[in-house]
Amino acid sequence: MKILVPVKRVVDYNVKVRVKADGTGVETAGVKMSMNPFDEIAVEEAVRLKEKGVATEIVAVSMGVAQCQETIRTALAMGADRGILVETDVELQPLAVAKMLKALVDREKPTLVILGKQAIDDDMNATGQMLAAFLGWPQGTFASKVAIEGDTATVTREVDGGLETVAIKLPAIVTADLRLNEPRYASLPNIMKARKKPIETVKPADLGVDPTPRLTVVRVVEPPKRQAGRKVASVHELVEKLKNEAKVI
Amino acid sequence: MTALVLMEHDATHIKQPARSAVAAAQKLGEVHALVAGHNVRAAAEAAAKLPGVAKVLLADAPAYERALAEPLAALLMKLAPSYDHLLAPSTAIGKNVMPRVAALLDVQPISDIAGVEDADTFIRPIYAGNALATVKSSDAKKVITVRAASFDPVPAEGGSAPIEEVPPGEDPGSSRFISAELSKSERPELTAARVVISGGRGMQNGENFKLLIDPVADKLGAAVGASRAAVDAGFVPNDYQVGQTGKIVAPDLYVAVGISGAIQHLAGMKDSKVIVAINKDEEAPIFQVADYGLVADLFQALPELAKELGA
Repeated sequence: MKILVPVKRVVDYNVKVRVKADGTGVETAGVKMSMNPFDEIAVEEAVRLKEKGVATEIVAVSMGVAQCQETIRTALAMGADRGILVETDVELQPLAVAKMLKALVDREKPTLVILGKQAIDDDMNATGQMLAAFLGWPQGTFASKVAIEGDTATVTREVDGGLETVAIKLPAIVTADLRLNEPRYASLPNIMKARKKPIETVKPADLGVDPTPRLTVVRVVEPPKRQAGRKVASVHELVEKLKNEAKVI
Repeated sequence: MTALVLMEHDATHIKQPARSAVAAAQKLGEVHALVAGHNVRAAAEAAAKLPGVAKVLLADAPAYERALAEPLAALLMKLAPSYDHLLAPSTAIGKNVMPRVAALLDVQPISDIAGVEDADTFIRPIYAGNALATVKSSDAKKVITVRAASFDPVPAEGGSAPIEEVPPGEDPGSSRFISAELSKSERPELTAARVVISGGRGMQNGENFKLLIDPVADKLGAAVGASRAAVDAGFVPNDYQVGQTGKIVAPDLYVAVGISGAIQHLAGMKDSKVIVAINKDEEAPIFQVADYGLVADLFQALPELAKELGA
């Protein structure tokens, strides 16, 4: 069985982002970029399924500027077999991404698509669900455990009240939550090997998709800053302040 | 213009995040509420009492019992032609189903809105809330999830809307509920609580949550939350997590204990009215957002706090 793993290049999660002075977005020039952490978890899950003999091939897909190659190389170093880059300078939103993934799924015919539940830049949490809709496939979102047996994926999901387990018929979409696994670090030999793995480059037009964004950014601002308050010297003083000054208890 | 809001309910009551979504939808026009489930007339009656709801649609069928995305999205698709806006709270259910609906409608969803500027323009946090983007949609229909903490919920009582039964949509039958492991608690829900007390890695283990956090939570009538570190370490279940990818809370009082204050955690609580931090490391970033900081060993401070509150 073949697994497709979409991976997104985002500002590294350790970077403290800064809003651009002209309010058009967030500063990304000269900022460290990495694979979206949830997508790393998705790649790891795919690699584990291959190691267990459930999967036979893993295809990593990224979309965006040419540097997304690096994100694909990271997936290849973790254990994916080959890559596809959909290269474009257009700002991509989940609707366009899901449409292009649909076109690639039609071509590649994977049984399972695993991707991160959310990208940590736009925090949309949408692409997996949208791809599932376009394909008419069921979805196992926010997964903390995945078991494949026959034509069924049993997915344990992180929901508001705790955990929920659903069975979905393959082919299907799974979106990875934080506790699905702990992604491995690629070893040096595997990083070297990944350089020789093939990456195919296509354009949105090759997939028959118009990637024009439907949401335009009017402006981006910094959220109101919280001022650091004061230190209290004791629990007694804390309770007194909460009662008499903040009046919240 | 008319907006349809997907209600989140427990078969009897409407949950608070859904009442916040109604508050957001009121800014867009007339509001209809969709109650989908199995044997959920009581929930539809509760939705009818929400001030601001003009009509309740009740879809009662076994397929909706577990709010699985596939049948629920098919139902929303059937209802969509009558509406300009489709909304749901940004809960696990809303986040699961609404993007699926958006794709079926060929619409880019607008996730987790924190403000409404006009019928096409919305404010939403990006980069874990480190930036606020105002975005304008060019789609004919808008599919939206609502950050409940950013909208004061409409009251639970006061309205009297008619209830209209709608026939169920198609069930694709491709997904099946198997089981749920839900945390049982007498405490208020995290996203609805007036007071939240959260523990971090500094708690050291789950037992300490029970021994030290719970007594303070009892005294304050607080919900208990946690940082990702505490959940990853297995101290408490996943549904306790407050942060960028966990729950977003904005209580009157948020008490962070043994939490250093990573930006991903701050993303989930920095809109709280009053923040208290208790941490033994005076350099911890949590103190930069706290109204009241106490540099102390939590193992001494928490029992003292329980005692002070009891007096």
